[in-house]
Amino acid sequence: MTSIIMPKVLMKGNIALCEGAIQAGCAAYFGYPITPQNEVPAHMSKRMVELGRIFLQAESELAAVNMVLGASVTGARAMTSSSSPGISLKQEGISYLAGCELPAVIVNVQRGGPGLGNIAGSQADYFQTTKGGGHGDYRMIVLSPHSVQEMYDHAFEAFDLAQKYRSPVMVLADGVVGQMMEPLTLDPTRKPVVSQKDWVLDGCKGRAPRFIRSLLMGEGELERHNWNLKKKFDLITENEVRYEALHIEDADLVLVAFGVSARIAKAAMRSARASGKKVGVIRPITLWPFPEKIIAETARSGRKFLVVEMNMGQMVEDVQRAANGRCPVEFLGHPGGGMSSEEEVLLQIERLT
Amino acid sequence: MKKILGKPESLKPTPHLYCAGCGHGIIHRLVAETVDELGIRERTIGIAPVGCAVFAYDYFNFDVTEAPHGRPPAVATGIKRVLPDRIVFTYQGDGDLAAIGTAETIHAANRGENITVIFVNNANYGMTGGQMAPTTIIGQKTTTTPFGRDAKREGYPMKVCELLSSLEGVTYLERVAVNNPKNIIIAKKAIKKAFQNQVEGKGYSLVEVLSQCPVDWGMTPKDAVTWVDTHLMKTFPLGVYKDRT
Repeated sequence: MTSIIMPKVLMKGNIALCEGAIQAGCAAYFGYPITPQNEVPAHMSKRMVELGRIFLQAESELAAVNMVLGASVTGARAMTSSSSPGISLKQEGISYLAGCELPAVIVNVQRGGPGLGNIAGSQADYFQTTKGGGHGDYRMIVLSPHSVQEMYDHAFEAFDLAQKYRSPVMVLADGVVGQMMEPLTLDPTRKPVVSQKDWVLDGCKGRAPRFIRSLLMGEGELERHNWNLKKKFDLITENEVRYEALHIEDADLVLVAFGVSARIAKAAMRSARASGKKVGVIRPITLWPFPEKIIAETARSGRKFLVVEMNMGQMVEDVQRAANGRCPVEFLGHPGGGMSSEEEVLLQIERLT
Repeated sequence: MKKILGKPESLKPTPHLYCAGCGHGIIHRLVAETVDELGIRERTIGIAPVGCAVFAYDYFNFDVTEAPHGRPPAVATGIKRVLPDRIVFTYQGDGDLAAIGTAETIHAANRGENITVIFVNNANYGMTGGQMAPTTIIGQKTTTTPFGRDAKREGYPMKVCELLSSLEGVTYLERVAVNNPKNIIIAKKAIKKAFQNQVEGKGYSLVEVLSQCPVDWGMTPKDAVTWVDTHLMKTFPLGVYKDRT
């Protein structure tokens, strides 16, 4: 057996994301300029055209997400990207994608908010992303990359998950992971999973006409549709939870952080361990479905959680819910594009252990 | 015996839920006849709007997708870019196309997307009970202009064909009506041309159809077809606004 060693390359997070999408067979990309995700449409405008695939700069984020909806209706793998204010505009389309059960990949390279905010990296859209965002009862798989490698891997994974569950999937990145450069391994041999597509609209040649809709006006029809969606969301919750757990077995204090905040948490954990403190890290990779089980199992008397986020405290509510009073849950965060330093986390570790 | 008239294959047998005297049924039939005559039923994908025609997929016998309110041109763009050999059309009302979806309309037109747009202008929001539309004419009473549309307060009726005619990306624009047999024949020709243009790859075509809405206009069907002549056409003159074919 021969194994191919893939060479490492140095790449910016936003570019790695594009390459992951391309590797996953993204056939159409629609975008609109907004910092800090501008490398995505710029890179796609070149690469997609070179590959004979579809790139289009839309007139708005609204138009972009609806172009994705159109491409998805045909069964094509489609993606749009934006940053926080633009993602607010896309919520209409995301709700329709969920209601119509259409696969799509939406990328949010988060910036500070609310409003126009600033262009610094942020994690302030956790609530919007994991608790709905658009109208109606729906859930959406949310992947949270914390490295350039994961920008590539999650972009790829998002397409397979979207297709598998006929559902929009969000890659919730942030300005830091989007803008930073680090080495990663590209995998040009990785092949997308091909699923049955007996629902697409491509002209009714040799079959009965199909339609795609989320409008269900008959008595009880929409309720039935929602319960069917719930079955799918339960299946996703059962199958797709992803997280990373480090040194939690003997930990007195467990840091819980996602995305780039987890980088800081890990660094702080290593320093604390070096000085003899029993600190672990849980990093949720899927923010929905949330890794409740590992949090619940880890939460026990004599142990503490410290949740580190780049916001005023959002994921901390899910950690509290999963911990369910079995151990104290503390929070350290910075909203508005701010982030905790390793030293700041260490001070909190000092205080809590 | 030769059959000279029947239901187009592109229409399902489902009875329409449109109000008595509404123009949508006629316009659906003209689209369906066109699709049949061009032999494109099996490669046509329609886009239903939000508005009275929201159930278009219940009536058309080919693939149809829903789109959020005002976004059919963006959805059509997504479909057509991926499947350029399919025939893609949007069917939109005045609120969908000229209010909430103005940006999508103008930009799809300006990009010269090779799509067909059937724009049904009945000068009000029919589905929601007759509110002011961008195309409501001056003086027209609606549920949100109870004293009649006043240009000082609500601005002027939006003239879509005139507006789009300045865009370089646009191939064909015509305004027609379906209030009498003669106008219906002209409307059919315009709709067929708008689809034919797409089949031949000629680019963006839009047909604006003035359509009677007796229930929300508070008229009998007979008075409504007359009102199209006496009032609506004064603001929205019929004719070809652009033809680069």
